[in-house]
Amino acid sequence: MQSLKLAVIAAIAIGFGGSAQADLKPSSGFGKPITQAELSAWDIDISTSDGVGLPSGSGTVAQGAKIFAEKCATCHGEGAKGGTQFGQMFGGLDSMTTPKRKLNPSSMFPYAPILFDYTKRAMPMDAPQSLTNNEVYALSGYIYSLSGLVPKNATIDAKYLSNMKMPNRNGFISDDRPDAKAVRCLSKCN
Amino acid sequence: MSRKTKLSQYDKNMIDVLAEPTREEASALLKHKTYAKEERLYEDMSELGRGRRRFMSGIAAAGAAAAAAGTLGSASAKAEKLSVPEWSKSMGRPIDPKVYGLPSKYEGHYKRNRTDVYVNKQNFSDWSMTPIQHQKGIVTPNGVIFERHHAGIADIDPDKHRLVIHGMVKRPMVYTMDALMRYPSVSRFHFLECSGNGLTDWLKPLSKTVQQTHGLLSCSQWTGIPISWLLDEVGMSKDAKWILFEGADGSGHARSIPISKAMGEGMLVFGSGGEMLRPENGYPLRAFFPGWEGNTCVKWLRRIKVSDKPWHLRSETARYTDPMPGGKWRQFSMEMECKSVIANPSGGMQLKGPGDYTIQGFAWSGRGSIKAVDVTTDGGKTWRAAEVEGPVMDKCMTQFRYNWKWDGAPTKIASRAVDSTGYVQPTVEDLKKARYIAGFVQHHNGIFPWSVSANGEVKNAIA
Repeated sequence: MQSLKLAVIAAIAIGFGGSAQADLKPSSGFGKPITQAELSAWDIDISTSDGVGLPSGSGTVAQGAKIFAEKCATCHGEGAKGGTQFGQMFGGLDSMTTPKRKLNPSSMFPYAPILFDYTKRAMPMDAPQSLTNNEVYALSGYIYSLSGLVPKNATIDAKYLSNMKMPNRNGFISDDRPDAKAVRCLSKCN
Repeated sequence: MSRKTKLSQYDKNMIDVLAEPTREEASALLKHKTYAKEERLYEDMSELGRGRRRFMSGIAAAGAAAAAAGTLGSASAKAEKLSVPEWSKSMGRPIDPKVYGLPSKYEGHYKRNRTDVYVNKQNFSDWSMTPIQHQKGIVTPNGVIFERHHAGIADIDPDKHRLVIHGMVKRPMVYTMDALMRYPSVSRFHFLECSGNGLTDWLKPLSKTVQQTHGLLSCSQWTGIPISWLLDEVGMSKDAKWILFEGADGSGHARSIPISKAMGEGMLVFGSGGEMLRPENGYPLRAFFPGWEGNTCVKWLRRIKVSDKPWHLRSETARYTDPMPGGKWRQFSMEMECKSVIANPSGGMQLKGPGDYTIQGFAWSGRGSIKAVDVTTDGGKTWRAAEVEGPVMDKCMTQFRYNWKWDGAPTKIASRAVDSTGYVQPTVEDLKKARYIAGFVQHHNGIFPWSVSANGEVKNAIA
């Protein structure tokens, strides 16, 4: 009898455990409503495929070169050729079908605004979110100009970045795994 | 591991080098609790007809074999006379009024190691690896859960931390940690693996130890709340398809996650292994997507934004994508596929001569639970099922063991896992048929062999 009781209790426990998540969901939440104005300082992401989220402002390639020398070259090297911490940031646009693919903003990014998003949120590494929008536009123009994707006299803004056609635009495929076809061989396998 | 089996050449050799035991030693050994086993060994020894000397030697050999099987320890030929140690003749350390206990000072080797095969020039966007060869059971202690940061370790005051949910929602909300912890919490055991685990060792054995080859892997019981509860609370637009998860650290690391995963198993985690997350693991709040690459489980989570499309950020285009043939890159490859590795013995270890050893390791799959693990001890010619230890849980590290009698000949050992979907862990050769493997590539779930040389040295044998 005792063991039967235990079995019943165990069965209930297992049944409950399986659907605990749904059962425990509270009928009301504990969030506090927030307005767009209140959260705007955090709303920094760019939808990079269409440029939605790119702020107003602009910057020139020439300004970007100057800002890069002041704030970026310590780690990335003079002229973005590679520095004490990180490697070269341009070129290799035709490297994808070679054994040594070059990974940098110009060769890899399918959409130009990716560079704005990343630089604004994470750079410089020791002072992220310190660059103004104008500075980030200028730096984006400068970095892309080193690979010839932007002319040296260009002024970069939201519209400019959104309209750029990147070399690796069609370089991505979606996840099609599982792709390996292994069999569970047990004897005389090799 | 029967001791009834015929003595190996090693046992015979040992017998010949052993000294006569003293009467006292013989007495101590005969009182030993494994007497019954030793007696059986004595029977075996009798068959050899080599007298009392061999009987005592046999006991020592049995002890050595047992030590080797358990710890790969020394095959000491002769037991030492036991004396009463100091700690048995004195009082120990008093109980502190309040303390966070630490491991024994003799366990100083159990450390997370910063990557030292691929060496970054700075240690802010860097990683450190879990010593899985020392892990007991499937739960990784919080102090050695692997790290991957993009701008160092944020040190966040939980009272000042906020989580915002907005975008394509009806009611944007902000949450304090106190608010999040008012929800009923759920706790689940899952592995966490970096997609870069193994990236240095596809074609050449660059790493020495299993910590270096597989240490971007940890497992814990994660505590938090289902993301779906909060997404229901804010009320997503019917066009919602992707959700951004963004960290509050200096890198603002962010990933786009399909709505199905977020609304399914996705968790907002604040606890692991019985306590709040450690700072290096995202204190006070991180995202957790069971079975998906660690990179998606955004630490120091500050913001969730709902959209109808993915963001294609740097971390999902120039990084965390996989090179494919024809110059292509596989994107949003977030599931961690079925994988296993032998942790003991593994690279850098030394077997103490032929005899019985327990092969021990871990298997895991981001698509389900582990159905079976096979082990080869002859370089892949034959495979036999290992013992898989329960509980076998969904998307969780699972321990396997396999008893092996090493004959002393050079060989290669490896494990191969099968998951609940029927997927069989492939070899690197199998993976190379589908992917473009050159340089440091992510998502290495290939079978990983270790070589054992005649002198017992265990080495990385990936190529």
